[in-house]
This record gives sequence, C-alpha cells and structure tokens, in this order.
Amino acid sequence: MKQKINHNSETSQNILKIKVQGLIYQNALYTIIAIFFGFLVGGIFLWSAGFSPLEAYAKLFSSVFSRPKYLIWSVIYATPLVFTGLSVAFSYKMGVFNIGAEGQFVVGSLAALCVGILVDAPPVLHVLLCMLAAIAAGMVWSFLVAVLRVRFGINEVLSFIMFNWIAFYLSNYVINTKTIHKVGGGEASKDIRESARILLPQSLQNIFQSNKANYGILLAIIAAVAIWFILTKTTFGYRVQAVGLNPHAAKYGGINSDKTMYIAMSLSGALAALGGAVQLMGNSMRISQFAGQEGFGFQGITVALIASSHPIGCIFSGLFYGAMKYGGSKLNLIDAPTEVVDIIMGTIVLFIAISHVFRYLITRRLKNKEEK
Amino acid sequence: MEELIKNLGLIINATLIATPPLLYAALGSTFSERSGVINIGIEGIMTIGAFVGAAVAHFTGNAWLAFLCGGLVGALFGLIHAIACVSFGADQTISGTAINFLAPGVAIFVCKALFEQSSNTPPLDTAQKLPKLFNGIFEVGSFWNNVLNTYVATYLAFVAVAVVWFIFYKTRFGMRLRAVGEHPKACETQGINVFRIRYIAVIASGFFAGLGGAYVTLCTVSQFRPEVIVGQGFIAIAAVIFGKFTPHGAMGACLLFGLCNGLKVLLGSGNVISPNLISMIPYVVTIITLVLFVGKSRVPAASGKPYLKQK
Repeated sequence: MKQKINHNSETSQNILKIKVQGLIYQNALYTIIAIFFGFLVGGIFLWSAGFSPLEAYAKLFSSVFSRPKYLIWSVIYATPLVFTGLSVAFSYKMGVFNIGAEGQFVVGSLAALCVGILVDAPPVLHVLLCMLAAIAAGMVWSFLVAVLRVRFGINEVLSFIMFNWIAFYLSNYVINTKTIHKVGGGEASKDIRESARILLPQSLQNIFQSNKANYGILLAIIAAVAIWFILTKTTFGYRVQAVGLNPHAAKYGGINSDKTMYIAMSLSGALAALGGAVQLMGNSMRISQFAGQEGFGFQGITVALIASSHPIGCIFSGLFYGAMKYGGSKLNLIDAPTEVVDIIMGTIVLFIAISHVFRYLITRRLKNKEEK
Repeated sequence: MEELIKNLGLIINATLIATPPLLYAALGSTFSERSGVINIGIEGIMTIGAFVGAAVAHFTGNAWLAFLCGGLVGALFGLIHAIACVSFGADQTISGTAINFLAPGVAIFVCKALFEQSSNTPPLDTAQKLPKLFNGIFEVGSFWNNVLNTYVATYLAFVAVAVVWFIFYKTRFGMRLRAVGEHPKACETQGINVFRIRYIAVIASGFFAGLGGAYVTLCTVSQFRPEVIVGQGFIAIAAVIFGKFTPHGAMGACLLFGLCNGLKVLLGSGNVISPNLISMIPYVVTIITLVLFVGKSRVPAASGKPYLKQK
C-alpha cells in the first residue's frame, strides 16, 4: 500500500514537471511573439519617419556584434539591468510587483557613493563596504514598503511609486551637499575613490579594449544562480512561491506569510540596490544630478517579464536589453532616434501583459483541430 | 506690509500656475480609479500630451487647438490602456508601465524626427501660448494682477473639477461609474455594460492627462523637453489617493502639492530650503496620510482587478 502511494506521488510529480516545463516553453513562445511585435511596431515608426527599418536594425545589431569591444560595452550596459530584473522577478514570485526597483536602485548607488567617497579603506574591503551599504539601503527602502503593506494594508504599488520619487530627490539633495558635491562646476558628485572601483585589472582592460570593463556581470550571474537556488532548493524559496501562488492556502499550510513577505521584499530591494552599486562602481563612478528618472528599475520590469520571472532567464533578457540599449545609442549615427528602443520595449511589455490572449487563441485553435 | 502682501500674491500666483497640470491629470486618474482601473501610465501620457501641445502650437500657432490635440493624443493612449486592461484583462500595473515606456518614447522619437534630431521643440512665443485672463486689467506687479491674471486654462481646470463632480454625483453615468469600481459583477446583473463604462473612464483619464501635459508646455514652460513632466503624473496619482478618490478632494490635494511646486519655483536655488527637499513633500505627505488615515482613503473595491465578462 505504502509503495503504491509513493508510486502515485512520483507520477504526479512527473506530471507536474512536464506541465511546468510545458509552461516554460509556452511562455518562451509568447515572449518571442511579443518581441516580434515589438520590432514590428518599432519598424513601423522608423518607416513612417523616413528611415529604412532594415537598415536601422542592421545598424543596431552591427553596433553590438561587429567588434568584441562593442559586445563588452553591451555587457556593461546589461549588468545593472540583470540585477533590477532579478529584483523584480524574485518579488513577482511572491505576488508582489516591485515597481519600486527604481528607487531601491537609486538609494543603493547613493549609499555606495557615500561610502565610496567618505570612507578610506583598502581596495577589496572598500568594495565590500560599499556593497554592504548599498544592500542595507535597498533593504530598508523595500522593507518600509513591506511594513506599509503588511501592517497598514497599503497597496505596495502606490508606496513603491512614492518611495521612488523620495529616493530621486534624496539623491539630488545628497549630491548637492558640500562634502559629496564635486569641487568646481558640474552638477554631479565627486568620483568614488580608486579603492572602491570594481574595474578589471589594466591588462584585461587592454585586451577587452574598454576602460569600463568590470566584475559586475560576474556578480550578476552569481546573484542569479543564488536566487535560482533559493527559489528552487530551499524551504524559504518554497514559502515565497507558495505565498505567491495562493497566500490563503500558504497561511493555511502553516507558512508565516508576513515574515516571508518582510524577508523576501528586503531581499528584492537588496538586489536592485546592488545593481545601483555595480553601475556606480563599475561604470559611472559618480552620480549626476537627475533631470528625470534614469529608468534602470523600470527596465528591470521588462527584463523580468521577458524572462517570465525565471532568475537564470534574467541574465539573458538582461543581456538582450543591455545590447538593445547600447546598439540603440548608436542609431544616432544614421540620424535615427534612439527612442525607437523605448518604443520596441514598451510594445514588448504591452504584448507580454496580454499574452494570455495568445494562449487563449492558440489553445482554441488546437482544440478545434482535435475536434476535426 | 505691502511687501508681504505682494509676496503673498506671488505665492498664490505660483500655486495657481503649478496646480492645473496636476489637477487635470488627477481628474483623469479619479475617472479611471473610480471605474476600477489603475492607470499609472498617466506620467507617460502627460509627457506625450506636452509634446503634442508644443508641436501643434509651433506648426499651427493655434494654442487652443494644440491644447485639444494634447488631450486627444492622451485619449488615444488611454484607449490602448483600456484595450489591454479591460478587453484583454492585462495586469493594469504592467500595462501602465508599458505606456510609460511607449508614450514618452513616441513623443521624443517624433520630436527628433520633426526637429532635426533635437529632443526639444523650439520655444513658443507668447502668441503661440495659451492666453491669460485679465491681461492688462490690473496694474503690473499689483496684488490682484499677481493673483488673478493667470492663464484661462488655469481657470478651466477648476471649472473641470466642478463638471467632473457633477458627472460623478449627479448623473446616472457617474453613479454607474462609481458602482462599477466597487462591484462590477453586481452591476452587470443590473444590465450595466461594465466594459463600456470602463472604456469611457480610461479614455477620459488619458484625455485629462494629455490636457495636463499640454498645459505645461502651452502655459508654463513654453517648450517641450523630455524631462518637462518629471513626476507630475505620479504626484497627480498621489493627489487622488490623498483626496480620497473624489474630484473635490483631489483638487484640495493638488492645491497643496501645487503650493510645493510653486514654492520650489519661487525659492529657486536660494539657500533657505533645498528645492529637492520641498519636492519630496507631496510623496511623504501622501504616505503619512495613508498610514494615519488607514481605511479612510479607501481604494475602490474593484480597483486593479481585471473583470472578465460573465457567461
């Protein structure tokens, strides 16, 4: 009898596995459809503005792939997006839509900036200190929103939006203070100390022909694998997913959903903040006064959506977005507006948002075929 | 004393000029929120409204036509949001995020295509901007000139509040709109077309947000720049929450937040208080309100939930 039960649960597990795998393939299909529509709509805009879409897209791709140096730049562009994508994907697993990654990114880079300028420490330790500061800042920023949701029942989307803008003006405020602001002209902070930078050694930089080649992408990959491990191999990850799938059932099953929410949202904030730290310490080295939101967090939403919230998928969709951003920035060489990238990405997000319509259409067609 | 009154006049004036874009957008947000659809795309819609307003005024010289066109292009993006959220049941936050990519993207794309790779439109001269009411009636620099002599569109924003209030509380459509936001299923059993009402509400939200954006370029800034809106759409969303999802409440909130914006302009980069700290006020105040008055600023019950037609 016992064996039989075991056998049954094994087959049901297998069925579940097949179903999940099928879902992943399906999601990939819908994502590809969405990406196709994105390029189509972008192409229509290019064409109606008098550019050849083919020429523009060829320029976009050749500016990414034609030289190793360009590829390195695409990776540098992608690194922060992998982090914010992971942040959004992880919280989405718990049913929380982290539209606040933007603000967590900003406070993360701001905390790293302060430590990077004010603290004097030996190289490796300094980098660690900066990152710890960023993680702490991002966790606090996201934890507060979790408290507002759990304790006061306030919709997290609203508080995330508020916190994004508070972070925005906080950053502008801090970089204009005397100790942080650059000496002399320019609306920016000082540069962080050499010891706080995560650039590759000079010899490797020469090989990659880029003075901004940095360790960031390695950290991003480690983070992605860690999140994948947490989600699939740990009890905590199981709890997160259970809360995401059905909070009531999770509670009934004895999961403390409030505690899970606090920890998971803090972790999500830490990921976005690390993205900010890596962007600062590997690429920008300073924070300039914001005129508008930089969008790393919002772009992370796109990255997570394209990856269907799969942590490993976020690496690839982050690279895709990074390449689009870098390639898109070269479109001005043929006088085509760079913003076509925003149009393409916005369309992709819109089509992924309505992807269940494709699912409905496709399954209906398949059913009709079967009936015939 | 005279100096004080004059300064007071200037503050009131700055508030009156800074409030309408928030107010137009907030009215839009009230429309969609009350019908049960969250529209965080309002920020992006304001941006494209601002661009279309500036571009149409530049080419035609007709500011009123430009103002209307700003609203219409906003309505178009409202329609996109409605199709995704109402017909296709998309996640409203994700669809709104998509609009926030698309609308500014299209605005800057078209701007660069029209104006030789520049992301700014050429500055509008006074004749191309919306007119001021009471222009030349009061002595320049006097208290009343400071207070009353603002743009016609400023006054219109407050008229719009009255109109929207009337629609909400005195018409059958308004009653249905509010009901749909609370309990769509019950409405459908009463023969109310939930989809149609939500479509109208979301398109209206886009229209008002577009007007708000166009107001910025046609009255205050005189030129489109990519960062011309920065956050005003989100402040409007905050104002609606702060104003408990009513048009008159939103007006009060917008006046308060408009005062913050006005103070920022007046104080400039003076050393009294950092403008960055003043800019935070609307957001901090909104969060504090939410915490202090939990339950009092109640979100419409069906807000954010896609509604699928019953069979």
